[in-house]
Amino acid sequence: MTISELQEQVVSEFSLFDDWMDKYNYLIEIGKSIPMIDESYKTDQYVITGCQSKVWLHADYRDGKIFFSADSDAIITKGIVSLLIRVLSGHTPDEILNADMDFIDKVGLREHLSPTRSNGLTSMVKQMKLYALAFKTKSE
Amino acid sequence: MGTFPVNKIREDFPILHQMVYGRPLVYFDNAASTQKPVQVIHAISRYYETDNCNIHRGVHFLSQRTTEAYEDTRKMIQRFINAASSSEIIFTKGATESINLVASSFGKQYLFPGDEVLISIMEHHSNIVPWQQICIERGAKVKFIPIHENGELDMDAFRKMVNEKTRLVAITHVSNVLGTVNPVKEIIAYAHTYNIPVLVDGAQSISHLGADMHDLDCDFYCFSGHKMYAPMGIGVLYGKEKFLEAIPPYQSGGEMIKEVFTDHTTFNELPFKFEAGTPNVEGVYGLRAAILYLQDLGLDNIRNYEQKLLKYATEKLTAMGDIRIIGEAKEKTSLISFLIGTIHPYDAGVIIDKMGVAVRTGHHCAMPLIEWYKIPATVRASFAFYNTVEEIDSLMEAIIRVKQMFG
Repeated sequence: MTISELQEQVVSEFSLFDDWMDKYNYLIEIGKSIPMIDESYKTDQYVITGCQSKVWLHADYRDGKIFFSADSDAIITKGIVSLLIRVLSGHTPDEILNADMDFIDKVGLREHLSPTRSNGLTSMVKQMKLYALAFKTKSE
Repeated sequence: MGTFPVNKIREDFPILHQMVYGRPLVYFDNAASTQKPVQVIHAISRYYETDNCNIHRGVHFLSQRTTEAYEDTRKMIQRFINAASSSEIIFTKGATESINLVASSFGKQYLFPGDEVLISIMEHHSNIVPWQQICIERGAKVKFIPIHENGELDMDAFRKMVNEKTRLVAITHVSNVLGTVNPVKEIIAYAHTYNIPVLVDGAQSISHLGADMHDLDCDFYCFSGHKMYAPMGIGVLYGKEKFLEAIPPYQSGGEMIKEVFTDHTTFNELPFKFEAGTPNVEGVYGLRAAILYLQDLGLDNIRNYEQKLLKYATEKLTAMGDIRIIGEAKEKTSLISFLIGTIHPYDAGVIIDKMGVAVRTGHHCAMPLIEWYKIPATVRASFAFYNTVEEIDSLMEAIIRVKQMFG
């Protein structure tokens, strides 16, 4: 599936919930299925700064595609980063760089985009795109 | 809760009467910024409707009248904090700018390589970073006074840390994370026996405890308007005249000058020497209205009521179990930092917010303190005199929901 198809899939899943509690409960569930980062990468080098909670993000580059893994000490953050991974992981650097990440707004998690949440989500997307840029530059 | 007219007071605060996520807003982020009563809001709009103009310069009617109001407010603040002279009252943007002013100007005059500035581990970043920066510049050092586990300052350690290299003690009156009321009078008296000046950060205390410069005898004191029901962008620095005279200006430009020649400038007298440029006149009008409002309610009445809220919330939280309160000093202002079991404060904060309750989560601009406790962050509920026990019950309901979702 393409990144935008995956985004649509997430949006339609979340549209089943009209109650914010159910939405967050689902997010908490999703957080449990995150591709767990290898413990050796849970160091300051892999921490994304600018988040209220700690987020560690790692990327592997195999066969022209990027595979992300992550962890966080906060469960909601874990849910959000695993949504991002589900959408972006397994794609090429170019696809990731060109991805328009508007689905977060559509699933009703808009408040996580605002700077008052310490830019957690924005920083995560930025870091993932930075990985993509780095792998793209390296492979060219 | 006694005879404190909280319901009548709430009518003065229009912002409180709104729904968020379909629930009545409960505002418990008062340590970050308080809401404004209509008296303050009207003072600002009246300023623009009738008094707006630049001050201190014009010979015209408006300028004279507004200058008078501005300078009357300076005198009012002098009385409010019991300072010796109104020329010791400098209007600033807020406590942060006040501390930056002292760090920069005092530092240039009095800090030399090897010197030490004593601050505490519970300081807000605004009373850490300016000292770190000026100390780097001057080759001096910042030393941190430790605390006890309950959040009280380690006074024995403080006394041992004062030595012949100490040039200044900069300490908060009340911790914005712990609520601890520090024994600033004792600290000042001790430092003064060694002729060391003391700066007190009153940002978290002024609206709860008031301030008395004569009684405290501190050398510098500062506060922000927006944490005491006044607008943002206005604050005060108090400094003893002997220090304000001795230290150089902080910023330069209009107003702070006496005469400007092409090759040099002479500076204006106090307090204008430290007020470069057109000041925040609307802010001063708002601050004046806020002080009048506080005086009308009475700081003693406010303190009594807020202490009841603190006691009620502390008892409720303790009774809930699995709650760790960070900061259990004997003397506290009306704020509580806590952790809910092992739930991350961010997770807790997101759900509490969805329940219509505004609390703060994070490091509260006091990273060294959070690090000292070896915790990721805290949830902080800070109460003002317009809050109610029913609102505290709403917070408890939200915490129960958090426990259900993450437990």
